[in-house]
Amino acid sequence: MFDNFPLWPARASTGAGNVDALYIFLVLLASFMSLAIFTMITVFALKYHRRHGREAEQIEGSHALEITWSVVPLAIFMTIFAWGAVIYFQERTPPRGATEVYVVAKQWMWKLEHPEGQREINELHVPVGRDVKLIMTSQDVIHSFYIPAFRIKQDVLPGRYTTQWFRATKPGVYHLFCAEYCGSQHSGMIGQVVVMEPAKYEAWLAGGTTSGSLASNGESIFQQLGCSTCHRSDTQGRGPNLAGVFGKPVQLEDGRIVVADENYLRESITSPSAKVVSGFKPIMPVFQGLVSEEQLNALVAYVKSLNPASAGAQQQGPKE
Amino acid sequence: MATAAITTEREHYLNKEYGIRSWLLTTDHKRIALLYLISITFFFFIGGFFALLIRLELLTPAGDLVQADTYNKLFTMHGMVMIFFFLIPSIPAVLGNFLVPMMIGAKDLAFPRINLLSWYLYIIAGIMMLHCMVTGGVDTGWTFYTPFSTAFTNTKVIEAGLSVFVAGFSSILTGLNFVVTIHRMRAPGMTWSRLPLFIWAHYATSIIQLLGTPVLAVTLVLVVCERVLGLGIFDPNRGGDPLLFQHLFWFYSHPAVYIMILPSMGVVAEIVPCFSRKRIFGYQAVALSSIAIAVFGFLVWAHHMFVAGISLYSAMIFSILSYLVAVPSAIKVFNWTATMYKGSVTFSTPMLYAFGFIGLFTMGGLTGLFLACLGIDVHVTDTYFVVAHFHYIMVGGAVMGYLGGMHFWWPKISGRLYPEWLGKFAALIVFLGFNLTFFPQFILGYLGMPRRYWQYPAEFQVLNVMSTAGSTILAVGYVLPMVYFLWSMRYGKIADENPWGAAGLEWKTASPPPTFNFEETPEVTWEAYNYDQIPAPAEVLIER
Repeated sequence: MFDNFPLWPARASTGAGNVDALYIFLVLLASFMSLAIFTMITVFALKYHRRHGREAEQIEGSHALEITWSVVPLAIFMTIFAWGAVIYFQERTPPRGATEVYVVAKQWMWKLEHPEGQREINELHVPVGRDVKLIMTSQDVIHSFYIPAFRIKQDVLPGRYTTQWFRATKPGVYHLFCAEYCGSQHSGMIGQVVVMEPAKYEAWLAGGTTSGSLASNGESIFQQLGCSTCHRSDTQGRGPNLAGVFGKPVQLEDGRIVVADENYLRESITSPSAKVVSGFKPIMPVFQGLVSEEQLNALVAYVKSLNPASAGAQQQGPKE
Repeated sequence: MATAAITTEREHYLNKEYGIRSWLLTTDHKRIALLYLISITFFFFIGGFFALLIRLELLTPAGDLVQADTYNKLFTMHGMVMIFFFLIPSIPAVLGNFLVPMMIGAKDLAFPRINLLSWYLYIIAGIMMLHCMVTGGVDTGWTFYTPFSTAFTNTKVIEAGLSVFVAGFSSILTGLNFVVTIHRMRAPGMTWSRLPLFIWAHYATSIIQLLGTPVLAVTLVLVVCERVLGLGIFDPNRGGDPLLFQHLFWFYSHPAVYIMILPSMGVVAEIVPCFSRKRIFGYQAVALSSIAIAVFGFLVWAHHMFVAGISLYSAMIFSILSYLVAVPSAIKVFNWTATMYKGSVTFSTPMLYAFGFIGLFTMGGLTGLFLACLGIDVHVTDTYFVVAHFHYIMVGGAVMGYLGGMHFWWPKISGRLYPEWLGKFAALIVFLGFNLTFFPQFILGYLGMPRRYWQYPAEFQVLNVMSTAGSTILAVGYVLPMVYFLWSMRYGKIADENPWGAAGLEWKTASPPPTFNFEETPEVTWEAYNYDQIPAPAEVLIER
């Protein structure tokens, strides 16, 4: 029945059904409330329509009623809030071990890079049933990475990473839209997400030509830029040893403790003096403008791969 | 027409003086209100023209009517004109200006010359905006998001920003004038608990204008600084933070929605009791809910930023606060509806607009619950769902209230009655046209069509065609009142001082009122909405 006149987009991720369930609940609630108000207005307007010989009855109001129609909606609102917050929490908390795809947005295209080194423009191929985490940044203005079929959207900002994740459930080709206005060709900054059966995906992955995985590219950039002269794999370097740093709390020179997430790694490359690790001097040169967004992503992926704990998930590609 | 009747005509604010000087240099709040009426009507039709072009472009999936850059400028200028040059001044500067002094029994506003100054600031800002448009326009969206606005677009951001900056001062001065007037100029006996709810609504609005608008002004100055001087404030390439801009911008621009909607709520709170012949249900609750909306309205701005990159927990806090602001709005809707209970209801034109307001505002408010809900907002934010939602509030709500108010007080303003059947017809057209235009956009949004798209996938076309069709009907509904209001100024039936049998001091003086509103300062000994003491008007007037 809804084939010709759909009311929602395809439902192609594990999260989409949850969002739709809450949406349908809200539609029913809103319809009921509107209907109640419209009916009251209609009934009052007709039943108490001006007639000869009948005067309006003056009523001051009723605190009991007013409290009722404040508290009852408030209780309903809090239920909606909690339900929505749970979904949001799930949407914003990528599961451990998700495959990490790096996204670079620019006016007006999407550039994507898989951990295995495959690069795509305006297309994202993913297999059914795998958690995929998008680590996104922009080369210029703010964009927004929006896949209606997965019910997910996240703004993509210049100068930092934002993330989101999904697990596709249904093979097919779905819209990818830029949802944050970004200039002339905003409406042309679209693409598609291709969800494939795992076997087909493996074939697709094998068919591409790559120059090594993202992390191994990062490693060679790491060597080329001379990072390894200071960030040595022992404790003798002038910079901290990066093995196992990712995801751990780091004690800073000014006493603060921050968690070394992707944004921390990124900032430590582009403006190293912002957060200097305790016991080290701010002697590292600034790489802002010297490395491209793609190189930054490779470097971040490389440093993350130095993590004994998550290296497996990073490097080995699909796990069974 | 020029007969002996004119020579014997009573002196009032319209005929006291003639000539362009007597208007441009007037300090009479009623004449300034009319200056505003003419200017905002002009901008309303400019903004409306842009809207029609947008809808025509979206008739087909391909971008074929205008260029992409032109389209981007169209929605930008539509937003800026409608928000800063129509909606924000609409009710406060026209009906508020005209009525606030009269409703509290004052001769004028506290600062009549500042009142005129605020109109001149508005005109200067308007000319700057028109200049900006004809010399190339601006394409940032009305939201000026950085770093696009400061470092990337090469359109007229500075001109537009400064224009809005100046318009902001006009708005601040109006708010200041109202606050002082309401505090200091009330007639003897006009206590706070006897104030019409229109006054309470304007008081709440004025507080937002006073506290919020300066933040917008500062933000726009920072945008101009970054663009002109290259300071790094919002642009990450220069060490700035683009999210800081969004926080500052929405700190004003969310409360600005309440600047637009609160006065309309005030209008509805006058109309519903009058045409139900009843005291408003729960005066205190309705009055205090205006203040509550103004206060809570300042605490919810980041709900525009749930996918912008703010932290998980701040998103949750702003979500829960957004639900709190929905409670006073719900109270108002229920109380207006309850006011009709056991009343004596008539379907006059203003009442039809009030019904329209309640209906559309309810739908706008209920869909606001969707957007405040984190899990749903991620999917629908920045889609047509948002576009539909805020048009239900700002056009369905604010403009319906404005038109209802214009019809309700037109006899007072002009001394004439508009043709009632035409008024009802126009109200119906507006209601139908509005729903046909904007309801399909809710569905479009949930289907995933992003806003500010010049071209779109073909599967969205049917709903877009419906929306465009609706917009042409809506346009007819908006042109009609302008035509018959103008007509009625000459040919309308003469209105007496209180054609609706309404409560309120503004109805106790002649129509149109004398320059200083009252022959002598009234003394108030009654509660607001004392409809038990006011005879209903003759049947003919209302039911025809």
